[in-house]
Amino acid sequence: MAEERIIIAGFGGQGILMIGKLLAQAGMLEGKHVTWLPSYGPEMRGGTANCHVIISDAPIGAPMVTEATGVIAMNLPSLDRFEGSVQPGGWLLLNSSLIPRVPARSDLRILPVPVNEIAQQQGSQRVANVVMLGACLALSRLVQRASIVAAIEEVLGHGKQHLLAINLNALEAGLAFASPVPV
Amino acid sequence: MKTVYEKSAGLTDVPLHYCPGCTHGIIHKLVAESLVELGVLGRAIAVAPVGCAVFAYDYFNCDAQEAAHGRAPAVATGIKRVHPDAIVFTYQGDGDLASIGMAEIVHAAMRGENLTVIFVNNAIYGMTGGQMAPTTLVGQRTTTSPLGRSRSGQGAPLRICEMLATIEATAYVARVSVHTVPRLTAAKRAIKKAFQLQMDNKGFSLVEVLSTCPTNWGLSPVEALRWVEQTMIPVYPLGVYKDLEGGT
Amino acid sequence: MARKLMKGNEVIAAAAINAGCRYFFGYPITPQNEIPEYMARELPKVGGVYVQAESEVAAINMVYGAAGAGARVLTSSSSPGISLMQEGISYIAGAELPCVLVNIMRAGPGLGGVQPSQADYFQATKGGGHGDYHVLVLAPANLQEAADLTQSAFDLADRYRNPVMVLADGMIGQLMEPVELLPARPAVDLPPKDWATTGTATSGGRRRVINSLYLYPDQLEQHVHALYAKYAAMEHAEVRYELHQCDDAEVVIVAYGTTSRIARSAIEKCRRLGLRVGLLRPITLYPFPFAAFEQVIARTQAFLVVEMSMGQMLDDVKIAVAGRKPISFYGRTGGIVPTPEEVVKQVQALLGGGP
Repeated sequence: MAEERIIIAGFGGQGILMIGKLLAQAGMLEGKHVTWLPSYGPEMRGGTANCHVIISDAPIGAPMVTEATGVIAMNLPSLDRFEGSVQPGGWLLLNSSLIPRVPARSDLRILPVPVNEIAQQQGSQRVANVVMLGACLALSRLVQRASIVAAIEEVLGHGKQHLLAINLNALEAGLAFASPVPV
Repeated sequence: MKTVYEKSAGLTDVPLHYCPGCTHGIIHKLVAESLVELGVLGRAIAVAPVGCAVFAYDYFNCDAQEAAHGRAPAVATGIKRVHPDAIVFTYQGDGDLASIGMAEIVHAAMRGENLTVIFVNNAIYGMTGGQMAPTTLVGQRTTTSPLGRSRSGQGAPLRICEMLATIEATAYVARVSVHTVPRLTAAKRAIKKAFQLQMDNKGFSLVEVLSTCPTNWGLSPVEALRWVEQTMIPVYPLGVYKDLEGGT
Repeated sequence: MARKLMKGNEVIAAAAINAGCRYFFGYPITPQNEIPEYMARELPKVGGVYVQAESEVAAINMVYGAAGAGARVLTSSSSPGISLMQEGISYIAGAELPCVLVNIMRAGPGLGGVQPSQADYFQATKGGGHGDYHVLVLAPANLQEAADLTQSAFDLADRYRNPVMVLADGMIGQLMEPVELLPARPAVDLPPKDWATTGTATSGGRRRVINSLYLYPDQLEQHVHALYAKYAAMEHAEVRYELHQCDDAEVVIVAYGTTSRIARSAIEKCRRLGLRVGLLRPITLYPFPFAAFEQVIARTQAFLVVEMSMGQMLDDVKIAVAGRKPISFYGRTGGIVPTPEEVVKQVQALLGGGP
């Protein structure tokens, strides 16, 4: 891997920024160069949100992603906006719980993931983002699973250790869903 | 020979630049004497304003900072937060405090900053040559209210003590005058009390002192003192507007 | 100390505390709010004080008071708020008080927008407030550098008794990168603050006065000359810049902060196309690295200045190049961040396309 450039997009409140932070944190734990850049502005909960994550073997120049190697779209407007940003050969993960269509591009690896339903099976819709992260890991091999687990532990900190189990289960469920896909 | 009077150790030897008949000098003396008598001159830090008292940093015999116009309470906040044991006071005129510096004085009071404000109200901009102040009386002629301040368009005078007394965190707010000896004695009592409250960490204290401006009022010094008594005090009643400890 | 993934704004705040800053006065404004929020949370833990001022005007004057009282003090804001502070910054420079200011630039003029911009270059480097003075301006391009420069900013401020500004933009403020925060290490050879107002009882009875008022023109001229002697010393000793792949560069891109990162990506792409492009990155914007241009000017065919503005640093590049080589400019403004691809196109236009 030389440089992975990821866009993660969806509604505010879907844990978009957190997916990116966990990827960046995991990349850092593996000694890579990483950047995480959020969209910001007047939008808050319920608005649109996206973040750009770069994980690289070399120092990173521009931290915004213009030619993505992968995109995670958690809602339809995000898919509409970013599906064209993925370079040929890249991957595209979409939240099929909310997105009724599948893009026609044949030069990408595309995987629809019903993250809301999978998360609900794990006990809470709130871990839908971690389900997607698991699927992303299976599809992209961006970072090691152990690094993501360590990142989740770090982000939860001491205060939220009771949430560790459900998050790890969600991660595994996402991994399991996406694993049959040939990588 | 017996010493019957001497200049306060709280003042330097720099000659005051104030106009004849102006009561700034008397107010300086009261502040200086209070600091000396309370034994806090060595830990006093003055904040000078922009206005007639701009050179206050040359007159008070203590450390001092010169603030931008109106910003003395903000500067004093910065000093006091760094040196909570210092006795920090601002010395501000009516243009500085009640016009351009209104936000700073209100919010220093709101935060209950443990500092003392000496507010000198002479109902006019003195240093710049006699323009209308927010404290100028209705009907009072100034160079920018040549027909006399009009209620419509120029508004009625701001009463700072009455306003700041409504703020929860103020510890002491009083209006005094120095136009007679008994008033001057009472004024010093109020100033000393304000500093004492700061020493006791009671919070924000402000003493408004009605002052004269014979030059820009176009009056003799004696007439100016009479104008304070007859014209200013009815608009700006003397008294204690807020005292957390009760009493006067 | 281990590397930690942190947001730019938090890096600056944490570095300030590391540098011994214990006082912060500020007012909320996007996109720098993580700085005051971090300070409000962390300063009390180390015995420091955070005050949310009623305005940027009040905040900068609280900084004046605290700096005059001898403390290491910080304020931060974004463009419109920094405009409001200019009066106070002029007073602070005039009274020779050390303090650190952070401007996380957003797009203007007016209320403008909240997206990244570099359109406060003139304001930061050419004065901003009234009178003859300079603020030392440091422009980090990544978060490790933001940490290191913020810590040096306090030493520089103390050494020169002058305000020092860390000038970044919304992208650097919001970005996360791994950072290693060095433990506090104020320089050992800083002059004592024997001018700070602490009360005469602590200074052997000698009065200390913080002031910028000189009513006699000859005295004021003398004072300004003394300030300029100080600026000359800064210009001599404090210039910082980086040359990246300039050895064989036919085009040298000049960019700082965020746009220098974009330039770096563009250079990588250009090199893959066989285009010999380098980067001259000013790190101090005042003092500007004029002399650095002499190292590259003989070989380069042209300079390309890239900014998130309509061309402000461009003026300093013109002074440095002094007509000896052509200079072109590429700027985006309004909160738009130029892409590496756009910059590559500019280079291709200059060099007549790829091989």
